[in-house]
Amino acid sequence: MSGVSVTKDAQDAAPAADDLVVLSNVNKHFGALHVLQDIDLSIARGEVVVVIGPSGSGKSTLCRTINRLETIDSGTITVDGKELPSEGRELARLRADVGMVFQSFNLFAHKTVLQNVMLGQLKVRKTDSAAALEKAKSLLDRVGVGSQADKYPAQLSGGQQQRVAIARALAMDPKVMLFDEPTSALDPEMINEVLEVMQQLAREGMTMVVVTHEMGFARSAANRVVFMADGKIVEEAAPEQFFSNPRSDRAKDFLSKILHH
Amino acid sequence: MFDFLDSGQYDVLGAFWVTVQLTLYSAVGSLIWGLMLAGMRVSPVPLMRAFGTSYVNIVRNTPLTLLVLGCSLGLDQTLGISLAGGTSKEIGFRLAILGLIAYTGTFVCEALRSGINTVPVGQAEAARALGLSFFQVLTLIVLPQAFRAVIAPLANVLIALTKNTTVAATIGVAEAALLMKEMLENESDALFAVFAGFAFGFVLLTLPTGLLLGWVAKRVAVKR
Ligand SMILES: Nc1ncnc2c1ncn2[C@@H]1O[C@H](COP(=O)(O)OP(=O)(O)OP(=O)(O)O)[C@@H](O)[C@H]1O
Ligand SMILES: [Mg+2]
Repeated sequence: MSGVSVTKDAQDAAPAADDLVVLSNVNKHFGALHVLQDIDLSIARGEVVVVIGPSGSGKSTLCRTINRLETIDSGTITVDGKELPSEGRELARLRADVGMVFQSFNLFAHKTVLQNVMLGQLKVRKTDSAAALEKAKSLLDRVGVGSQADKYPAQLSGGQQQRVAIARALAMDPKVMLFDEPTSALDPEMINEVLEVMQQLAREGMTMVVVTHEMGFARSAANRVVFMADGKIVEEAAPEQFFSNPRSDRAKDFLSKILHH
Repeated sequence: MFDFLDSGQYDVLGAFWVTVQLTLYSAVGSLIWGLMLAGMRVSPVPLMRAFGTSYVNIVRNTPLTLLVLGCSLGLDQTLGISLAGGTSKEIGFRLAILGLIAYTGTFVCEALRSGINTVPVGQAEAARALGLSFFQVLTLIVLPQAFRAVIAPLANVLIALTKNTTVAATIGVAEAALLMKEMLENESDALFAVFAGFAFGFVLLTLPTGLLLGWVAKRVAVKR
């Protein structure tokens, strides 16, 4: 992962040519609430960015603006050099390139595990069904749920469902993967099986934006930690530096709370 | 008591056959129109949403008799729109179906929409995140799941539709209710028998709808 800048200082310079996702001066309101305030964030190709911060600070909203599940009021977001289209076919095409994994899995309840992983390939990528089937099976094996292929999501444990959801997103060959608290809805014994899959992805060079409070993951897999509070990016640093020596008072305060769990 | 049936003077079966045809054509039409209206009401395009909402609210709250009469008087007799012409009988039949579809479609739409609301938003979000279009999200993800919750209310709508076809009598379509009226006038000594006979006829028509959809509901329920 050479050439990936992890310091705040490099951020202030003009975006590097290798930036895959660039948010600049992004603002968003929910009514009177200013959830995203002048957000500037660049994510390099192959970089893993962990977003951390107190509840309600706007982490999910930030994540969801990157594939336009939430619209923004001002500013620009580009993915692979292209600005997000506002609606229609263009937007759908962009979304296909941005994988998303939700806290509550959101597997399609009326489709089997295999069908979940094949759907996007068949209907969006127009892959022929033999190729889609083969790819779905190999992805399910890769995340360790190959034997569950014919079950419905409700028949799987949370950890298994989340791994299927990751496989479903990977089936689109996304350029970047967004994870919004992927392990928060899981029982403790299932958290690791999901984190391991994510760690493997990170090692393979996938560009990832991960909202999580799993510090083990942040330390071992992230190139950079972005700390948000009250709709602003308060601090950006390499994981080691952030966890051992946070600069801002907000981050110190927040870390002291989560470290004492 | 039922001997007037044998006289050959009344075509009871024929009249009920017209009722069945009115019901079937209107049912198919209302399901399609209702689906389109529901699509508009949940669409991301504000203009479509506005049209869907105002159409449903206006037409649903207009008496069916007015709609069917409106189709007959307004379209046919004033504007000369007869939907492909033909005898006045054929025109009446088609316009009655048009009125029934316009009206019943709103109820189908609302039944579907309440079903759509039972599907967690995360399902549609995950589908959109994959890059599926609005139409694909609706038809591949949301409607198939909404369908389970929609069958019972939809059965009610179809049963109501069967009975509502009697309104076609007001524009002279020779369906069961019109014949009943005629028979009541001529066979005043057999009032009870005529009433009971026609009521039984309608029960015969509507019962299968309820039973069939009940069976379908059970079939799709186990899949989850
Ligand atoms: N659809 C919405 N409408 C109105 N307000 C919203 C909506 N979604 C989020 N908010 C508000 O925006 C703020 C930021 O929400 P967001 O979900 O982005 O926070 P978060 O950092 O992900 O928090 P958490 O850690 O609890 O998931 C919160 O105050 C939330 O109540
Ligand atoms: Mg959140």
